[in-house]
Amino acid sequence: MPIGDLLPEIVLLVGAVIIVLFASFAPHKHQAWAAGLALIALALAAVFSLMQWQQPPMRTFSGVWALDTAAVATKLLVLLAGAIAVALSPDWMRRDRRHGEYYALCLFTLLGVIMMASANDSMELVVGILLSSTASYPLVAYHRGFAPALEAGMKYFLIGALTNSLLVVGVVLLFGLVGDTDYARTAQVLAASPNAAPLALSVAVACIVLGLTFKLAAFPGHAWMPDVAQSAPAPIAALLTVAPKVGAAVALARFVSLLPASQLWPVIVALIAVVTMTLGNLAALKQTDVRRLLGWSSVSQSGYALMAVVVIGVEPQAPGALLAFLAAYALANLAAFAVVTHLRGRTALEDYRGLGRTQSITTLILILALLSLVGIPPLAGFFGKFLLFKVTIASGYTWLAVVAAINTVLSLFYYLRVIAVTMFKPLAGEVHVLGTWSWLTMLTSGVLLIAASLGAEGGLVLAAVLGFVG
Amino acid sequence: MILTVAWIVPLMGAVALAAFPRWSEARARQCAAGVAALSLLALVVAWVGFDPAGPLFQHVDEMRWVPSIGVAYRVGVDGIALAVATMSALLFVAAIVYPVDTLGQPRQYYAWLLFLQAVSLGVFLALDLLLFYVFFDLSLVGMFFLIGRWGHGTPQVSALKFFLYTFAGSLFLLLAIIGLYLSLDPFTFDMRVLIEQQPLAGSGLYAGLVFLALMLGFAIKTPLVPLHTWLPQAHVDAPGPASAILAGVLLKMGTYGMIRLPFAMMQETFAEYSLVVGIVALVAIVYGALVALGQSNLKRRIAYTSINHMGYTVLGIAAAAALFADNQTARQLALTGATVEMVAHGLITGALFLICGSFWQRTSDYELDHYGGLAHQAPLLTGFTVLAAFASLGMPGLAGFVAEFQVFAGTFAIYPWLTVLGVLGILITAALFLDLLRRLFFGRLPAHLGGFRDLEPAEWGVLGVLSLGILVIGVYPRILLTLIEASSAILVRVR
Repeated sequence: MPIGDLLPEIVLLVGAVIIVLFASFAPHKHQAWAAGLALIALALAAVFSLMQWQQPPMRTFSGVWALDTAAVATKLLVLLAGAIAVALSPDWMRRDRRHGEYYALCLFTLLGVIMMASANDSMELVVGILLSSTASYPLVAYHRGFAPALEAGMKYFLIGALTNSLLVVGVVLLFGLVGDTDYARTAQVLAASPNAAPLALSVAVACIVLGLTFKLAAFPGHAWMPDVAQSAPAPIAALLTVAPKVGAAVALARFVSLLPASQLWPVIVALIAVVTMTLGNLAALKQTDVRRLLGWSSVSQSGYALMAVVVIGVEPQAPGALLAFLAAYALANLAAFAVVTHLRGRTALEDYRGLGRTQSITTLILILALLSLVGIPPLAGFFGKFLLFKVTIASGYTWLAVVAAINTVLSLFYYLRVIAVTMFKPLAGEVHVLGTWSWLTMLTSGVLLIAASLGAEGGLVLAAVLGFVG
Repeated sequence: MILTVAWIVPLMGAVALAAFPRWSEARARQCAAGVAALSLLALVVAWVGFDPAGPLFQHVDEMRWVPSIGVAYRVGVDGIALAVATMSALLFVAAIVYPVDTLGQPRQYYAWLLFLQAVSLGVFLALDLLLFYVFFDLSLVGMFFLIGRWGHGTPQVSALKFFLYTFAGSLFLLLAIIGLYLSLDPFTFDMRVLIEQQPLAGSGLYAGLVFLALMLGFAIKTPLVPLHTWLPQAHVDAPGPASAILAGVLLKMGTYGMIRLPFAMMQETFAEYSLVVGIVALVAIVYGALVALGQSNLKRRIAYTSINHMGYTVLGIAAAAALFADNQTARQLALTGATVEMVAHGLITGALFLICGSFWQRTSDYELDHYGGLAHQAPLLTGFTVLAAFASLGMPGLAGFVAEFQVFAGTFAIYPWLTVLGVLGILITAALFLDLLRRLFFGRLPAHLGGFRDLEPAEWGVLGVLSLGILVIGVYPRILLTLIEASSAILVRVR
């Protein structure tokens, strides 16, 4: 068995186990050290992932595991998101007397997301999705005495349970149709006889896509996202708005590439994209709660990301565009949630009044993050959106780009509302912030966003070489 | 190099102002004015060094930026861009020097003005489509904060409306830019390549759609009727100097964009639709003038005259685009006129909006009916307003006349009927300005205006410089025309 191909994942797994053991024996005041352990595990995993970059794309472990540039890029992105969420946590969790295993759960979630993105086999996909889901349910409800968090956790769990079981049904149906769970084999069989059982195949595809929309937070599996963004611990909100989305988008792109044209999947994905972005933006318009607003904005961003999945079969640049967009989104969203965390999770829009008067750096990072989410040049978000528009227009989906452009204008409205409140309103009351660690992490996330914007060339060169195996 | 200096100096000034928290109001203003003047100086040097017999784009700077998608930092000017950019820089100096209530945040105010100057000049100097778009969008961000933070009335609503409406336009623009970009092989955003290759010539519907998206984007910015509805509210609620910039510089981005993108890069398609564009411009001319006549709010009235004047510019561009009319001289005349109109309108309307700012500083009131008889009370204010108003209505010997005469003379050879109807606009404008002057300065002085102060030295100094510009262009237009004709001749293929 080529164990070496799985080094990043094994590091995460071992790290998580060590943290669980550590948390069981460490005294209360040393629980936060687990964050350090988690960061070390993440850094090691990132180093091992980087070493996989140069390898030629291949399938490993009897073909169930894809090892290509897209998978490596996803790993790095997900690990970065995890590192920022973990680094934000010690200050946030200071008051929680037992939180060592929190970091283990974070690592398990990330491991699940990485499995999702690398899965080249439908059973592997199921394992990845279930692992990332079950590990993140308790994270959302980690504040046991906080009723909204419990409600969000329950909602997340119920929607997850439903969509995950549908996913399993879909995978079983697909297995029944093609006699294998391996993607390469599935593609062969489907290509050979595309119209053998069109209805059964459609049902299977629908169930699997539905299962993935849950992790993507795209319509119709999106309903948990605003609640989780609002009520989960803020670092977890940062993690769950970013990591599962990245993994699920890549997994969806891998999966739909297998399907025969008779399934009309580009049209279906395009419709999901349109509904998701429009719904997310319309719902965000009226929010008076910044975290909930960011949750809905995250839903709408899934819709944009799906634009690249629509053209994944015809446009060689589509995987690059997808990951470039997701990377830009991830950096901006992490920066925004880092600001929210640093401000002690202050959530009502009213409480952001006049923030620019005293917290100039914090406000600056928030404004840059929001403008990047809109796609105002020359911030990173602009290049992501530009690539999306380019691949969709080049593949003849100009109407989709127009819908996305209209949605962008719509989204500008609510992002600007937040910016206007911080800059134009008088300051109300004192501003309390979390601590040094959260400040440093927030600063790091802001610097990363700016660096990504200035170094867009590097990102685009990388994006151009991204592709799927096979 | 000189062009890069022109836009980067204000940007560094903005950063410096934002970074040094201890500066007093006077210090911040002096510093901002100095920086803005340096930028103006750089453009004047570029003007002096511009060779009218040389190639279309001069002073070109190029640097790698994002080569993998064909984006580079490219700046350079033709005579049209240089004239508009220099006027813009002058207007920025005027807006910065002009006294205004900065609501206790002088550093931020001047930093945003300088930022806006940097990105506005960037729009006119860029030779790369994507760079152009970047600056085009950033100018919205700058103006959003200026209106929202330092405006009056309901500034945040106006700022939001302004940003949303014009951002919608710029997204159409982005789609069209991608459309143009994808039509080239290899992909590049270099404007010179696009102008030379005319990639969409003869590609029917696709070219039509790209053209429509481009024109929609620029028509919102210009603005043309019926896409003008963001303008009056933004103007009324913006602080005086920001209004001057909005009318004098930001509106020009629309018409300048029309010349630089659809006019230069899609000549064949523009020729096909030039009559439609001309008719829309005519509607803007007449409708803008009529609505302005109906306004009783000083600033709103001037705002609507901007719609009317930008209509002349677009009419000129449309006539110049009529490729089929085998009358190069007339087309060149129309294009030159359109450009002079941009410069003239920037100076004239900039002055008028600064004057509006002076009224607001004194009385916080724009209602024309609340004024009267100020001619004795404030002779300097009266003098400058009369000069700017007469220039705006097209009095011979002032800048507006030079522009409008050339636009109409050029258009007459190509679309005579549009010209005949368009001249009506001048008549209405004359009526509305004379009415405005009568209501502000003549008649009986209302009791509450007994303490109305005349202009301070800083105010009349600035207005004096702008008025001098208006006079010089009116009396000796050759300095401006040499520059513009050099480029308009190349663009309509006389040379």
